[in-house]
Amino acid sequence: MARAAVLGRLTWLVGKVTDVRDETPTARTITLEVPGWPGHAPGQHVDVRLTAADGYSAQRSYSIASAADGTRLELTVQRLADGEVSPYLAGVLAAGYPLELRGPIGGWFLWDAADPAPVLLVAGGSGIVPLMAMLRARAAAAASIPFRLVYSARSPDDVIYAGELAGLQRAGLDVQLVYTRSAPPGSGRPAGRITAADLTAGSWGPDRAPAVFVCGPTGFVTAAAELLTAAGHDPGRIKTERFGPTGG
Amino acid sequence: MGIVSPGFTGRRRPGGEHLPPGQYLVTDFPVLSAGPTPKVDTRAWQLQIRTETGQVHAWDWTAFRQLPAEDITVDLHCVTKWSKLGTGWRGVSLDTLMSGVETAAEYALARSYGGYTTNLPLADLLDGQAWVAFRYDGDDLEPEHGGPARLLVPHLYLWKSAKWLTGIDLLETDEPGFWETLGYHHYGDPWREQRYWGD
Repeated sequence: MARAAVLGRLTWLVGKVTDVRDETPTARTITLEVPGWPGHAPGQHVDVRLTAADGYSAQRSYSIASAADGTRLELTVQRLADGEVSPYLAGVLAAGYPLELRGPIGGWFLWDAADPAPVLLVAGGSGIVPLMAMLRARAAAAASIPFRLVYSARSPDDVIYAGELAGLQRAGLDVQLVYTRSAPPGSGRPAGRITAADLTAGSWGPDRAPAVFVCGPTGFVTAAAELLTAAGHDPGRIKTERFGPTGG
Repeated sequence: MGIVSPGFTGRRRPGGEHLPPGQYLVTDFPVLSAGPTPKVDTRAWQLQIRTETGQVHAWDWTAFRQLPAEDITVDLHCVTKWSKLGTGWRGVSLDTLMSGVETAAEYALARSYGGYTTNLPLADLLDGQAWVAFRYDGDDLEPEHGGPARLLVPHLYLWKSAKWLTGIDLLETDEPGFWETLGYHHYGDPWREQRYWGD
C-alpha cells in the first residue's frame, strides 16, 4: 500500500477547502476535498502550489495530518512570521477556496499498519503532524500495536491536537508531553528540553526494538536522534523528517 | 501556470527571480536526511571507487587529502524547494579521482556511511561537474552536512550530492538509489523540475 501510493506520475490536482480550524494561535488545520486524490500512507506529504494573479507562484511541502479517507485530506500548517506560503495557508485561506497540490510524496517516513513492531513517535513542535496521521491510521485500523508518543512543545498553548491527544491518552495511548518553556501547574516534569529519560520511559528502551519516527525542526531532530542512538537504539530503526524554520 | 490562489500576492525575495522553477531562496543551510547523522572518524574513513569489472581504487583520509583540491562556488537546489546561492566548498574533483580508473560503465551509484545510496549517469560526475567536498564555507565539513566528505554535484538536486560518501560503484546498468526507489526522479535536473517519477 505504502509503495503503491508513491508510484506513477504526480499531477497537480485542485482541491477545495471545506473547513479551516485553528489548532493553536499559530497552527491551523485545513480540510480539503480533492477530486482524484489517490490515497496516501500515514507520514507522507504534499506539495502545495500558490499562484498570484500575475503568474508568480510559490511551492512548499506540507505533511498530511489525516489518515487515508477517500478524497478528503487534512493539512496542518504552522504559520511562520517571515514565511511566504504558510501565512496564506494558515491565515487567508478559507472554506470554499481552491488549493492546488500534488502528492502523496515520500516513501520512507511512513508507518505500515501491517508492520507488527511497536512504534515510538517523537515530535517537536509542528513535527507532530505526520505522526498524528500515523496515530489516526492506527485508530482507524483499530490496531493494537503498542505506540508511544513523546511530543515536545513550548507550552500547553502550543500543543496541536491537544483535545484529540487527550482522548487517545484516555483510551490507553502512551503519551508524554514535554514542555520546553513552560509546563502547566501540577505537571510532574519541569519545563526543559527533551531527555533520554523522556524517550525511554516505561518499557520503551532499545531492547524492545521499536520502529522510531522523529519529526521536527532540525535542532530537535538531531538532538533526539542522538539521544536515541546513545541509548542503544539501532540507527537503522530511526527514521527522521526535518524541516528548517526557513521560508515556509 | 496553475490556478490563481485568491488573495495570494507572494513575498518575492530579491535574487529569487533566477532560480529553477518552484524553488525559493534561503540564506541559511537547512539539513535534510532520512535518519540519524552517522559519526565517521577520519582515521577509519575510506573512499572506494569500484569499477564494473570489480577493480577497486581506494583512498584513506591521508591519501585523499593529498590529492589536488580546488575551491568551488556553486548554487544548491534542494528538491524540498529551497535554493542557496554562491556556496563555497573545497573538494577533490571527480576527474582527479577517476584519472587512473579504467571503465566503460555509463552509470554510477554513490554509497554513504549509514547505507544511503543515489544513482546518476557517470557523465554527470565528470568534466568539472562533481567533487568530493570536505570543507564548507572555510571550515571542515560538519557531520550534519555530510562530513567528513560528501559528494557535490550541484547541477542536480541536492539529494544526488550524497553525504558521508564512502563509495562510488561504476555500473553498466542504472540502479536506482534510496530516494530514486521511493518515488523521486532518477535524474533530478532542477531546471527541468525533475522532482518525482514522471516529472
